[in-house]
Amino acid sequence: MNKLLLIIRREYLAKVRNKSFVIMTFLSPILMVGMVVLIAYLTQVNDNEHRVIGILNESDFFSNEFVNTESTSYLQFDDISLEHAKDSVSGLGFYGLLYIPDEINLEKVCSRSFLYTKEAPSTAIIDKIEGVFQERLRQQRLLELGVSASEFETVDTNFDIHTATFDGQTNIKGINEIKAFIGGGFGYLIMMFIIIYGGFVMRSVIEEKTSRIIEVIISSVKPFQLMLGKIIGTSLAGITQFAIWLVSASLLLLVAFAFFDIDPAVLNTSAHIQDQMGANMAPPIPVADQTMRLYAQELLSIPWVMLIGFFLVYFLLGYLIYSSIYAAIGAAVDNETDTQQFIFPIILPLMLAIYVGFFSVFSNPHGPIAVGFSLFPLTSPIVMLMRLPGGIGEGGVPIWELVVSILLLFGTFIGIVWLAAKIYRVGILMYGKKPTYKELFKWLKYD
Amino acid sequence: MNNILVTKEVTKKYGEHTALDHVSLEIPKNSIYGLLGPNGAGKTTLIRIINQITYPDKGEVLFDGEPLRSEHIAQIGYLPEERGLYKSMKVGEQALYLAQLKGLSKAEAKKRLEYWFERLDIGKWWNKKIQELSKGMAQKVQFIVTVLHEPKLLIFDEPFSGFDPINANIIKDEILNLKEQGTSIIFSTHRMESVEELCEHIALIHRSKKVLDGKLSDIKKAYKNNIFKVGLQTDSADMILKELADKFDISSSSYDAAESQLDFTLQLPNSDSRNVLVYLSSKANVNRFVETIPSTSEIFIQTVQSKEP
Repeated sequence: MNKLLLIIRREYLAKVRNKSFVIMTFLSPILMVGMVVLIAYLTQVNDNEHRVIGILNESDFFSNEFVNTESTSYLQFDDISLEHAKDSVSGLGFYGLLYIPDEINLEKVCSRSFLYTKEAPSTAIIDKIEGVFQERLRQQRLLELGVSASEFETVDTNFDIHTATFDGQTNIKGINEIKAFIGGGFGYLIMMFIIIYGGFVMRSVIEEKTSRIIEVIISSVKPFQLMLGKIIGTSLAGITQFAIWLVSASLLLLVAFAFFDIDPAVLNTSAHIQDQMGANMAPPIPVADQTMRLYAQELLSIPWVMLIGFFLVYFLLGYLIYSSIYAAIGAAVDNETDTQQFIFPIILPLMLAIYVGFFSVFSNPHGPIAVGFSLFPLTSPIVMLMRLPGGIGEGGVPIWELVVSILLLFGTFIGIVWLAAKIYRVGILMYGKKPTYKELFKWLKYD
Repeated sequence: MNNILVTKEVTKKYGEHTALDHVSLEIPKNSIYGLLGPNGAGKTTLIRIINQITYPDKGEVLFDGEPLRSEHIAQIGYLPEERGLYKSMKVGEQALYLAQLKGLSKAEAKKRLEYWFERLDIGKWWNKKIQELSKGMAQKVQFIVTVLHEPKLLIFDEPFSGFDPINANIIKDEILNLKEQGTSIIFSTHRMESVEELCEHIALIHRSKKVLDGKLSDIKKAYKNNIFKVGLQTDSADMILKELADKFDISSSSYDAAESQLDFTLQLPNSDSRNVLVYLSSKANVNRFVETIPSTSEIFIQTVQSKEP
């Protein structure tokens, strides 16, 4: 036990004192925050651009339907030719020219109208202008059907269905996605951690092989102790790095936003789009506040303690499974270039878990695919965490699924670590051989 | 108990390949034991079994009279053939780590390291990284780490590879010194001449089997073939050769007429050389009469050839 601690300590210090590790630890948050700030800044600049669109209206069907907004304003041209108007618009540096010809009826006017721009127009502008035409056409058709505008307004209602589970819990739209997103965040964290620090474990094993210290150490400690110490030491270094990243990135982000005077809300794009649409199309929904409160309530009702508890369980088992595979790979090869053929099969289930998670679990957290992948031990650490924010038991993940998933994961953990330790034990003392899967299989039979 | 290590019928297979085939050895205490054989004969496998890096399929290993257990690791020091150190770790720190893995306390390890670093004149390297040292310097550190925990049994696998002649001598002296202090030592090498002068006992391993073992002097005695190299000062070389050839086998004779020097090799039927020497000295001045003792590698080749069909 004492030897294990010694190994853990050495692995931890070797990692933490490593120059590139130190640089990565302190540079990454700066890069990350820099990127976020840049994106936020650019988004803001982009949104602040003011567009002017000239309108050459020769028809009587349109008069003042085009209303200036914060980002777009319209300028009417009168009594000039289309060619002249185009010249003026490009001369004045306007965004574009909307041409509405004079025709006998509205349908024809609409179908003959043109939007001229210097470059291909943005979808936002097209949506806006199309919206105006659509609204005008609808009014016209209603009028032809004998419905007045005011009459129509009383018919026009906005409706959202209320949903609830059988035990009376109120649901709100989108909350499943948000919950899965939170779980997905945890799952993603596990994947990143496995790929980054599993790779560290592997490289550290290769280093011991190439520097030929391995046989010196292995005559003092059991190979399994060395492997375990290496995995634990490296992950402690990883946790240290993650903690530093988390703290320094959030501090930096706060400072940066304060300094550049950027509203963090601009990053919340979905809310942003909703705002725009709300302003343009329909009157603001009075229930918005209430919805927000419901969302907040739902988020608070996510069983965080349970979630973090299970995150730790899945993280620990998942990471140990994968990093012992990485250690075995490191032991099997002589240098890093030989690792490729073995790495891909490891990354595959991780990628699968993330993609299946985002595409399938989001839409149906308790569907057969989601259940299957949250039971399969190589994907369960990620997929199960995406399902768990929905709670356990009724309405959430059935208890039996959770128990089976953890038992399977634990069994796999024991099995994989045992197999990996065997490959590791043989591999660390093999030099100059490029191993094949067949070779590895043979090693499993040695004792 | 006079043996530090005994292996009984140790057999080890890797898949289809048999690395060790019923190898039985007795390694006496307080001596230097040569484990000799060509590359791939099975020496390293045997050493790994002694170090409990791997385990025999069949057979038994006794350490100091007891079946080999994991606690014995602390009493064995091993310098592997494939050896190295962490490149980016500082020398002192690394030596401390390896010593602690062998079960020494940090304070004790530090005390002994200071003694050894001083002794081998590498005290100023304590805070250097291995990658800044030359290969020979790193080997010195490696040697210290191997002997630091004062094991009862030291195993050196190709100990002098990587050393320049001066440092190789320093290390050889240290090894002899350790033997004086009561340590038992196993030398493993494929360059059989290199350790001949150090070893009191040897075992020859060939194709996974022990082909020969015992006290080196006994082996040499047994492999003596009564061949003598003779040098005579005489003018009547032809006559002497003719007379001798009637009774004995004579080979590779040469005569230098200017110096009147006759050299030849004489094969006697037994180890009794008195009569022939009397005869020779009555005929000429004998300026050389040397029994040729086969070298270890000659013995090895002879043994291997005699065992092959």
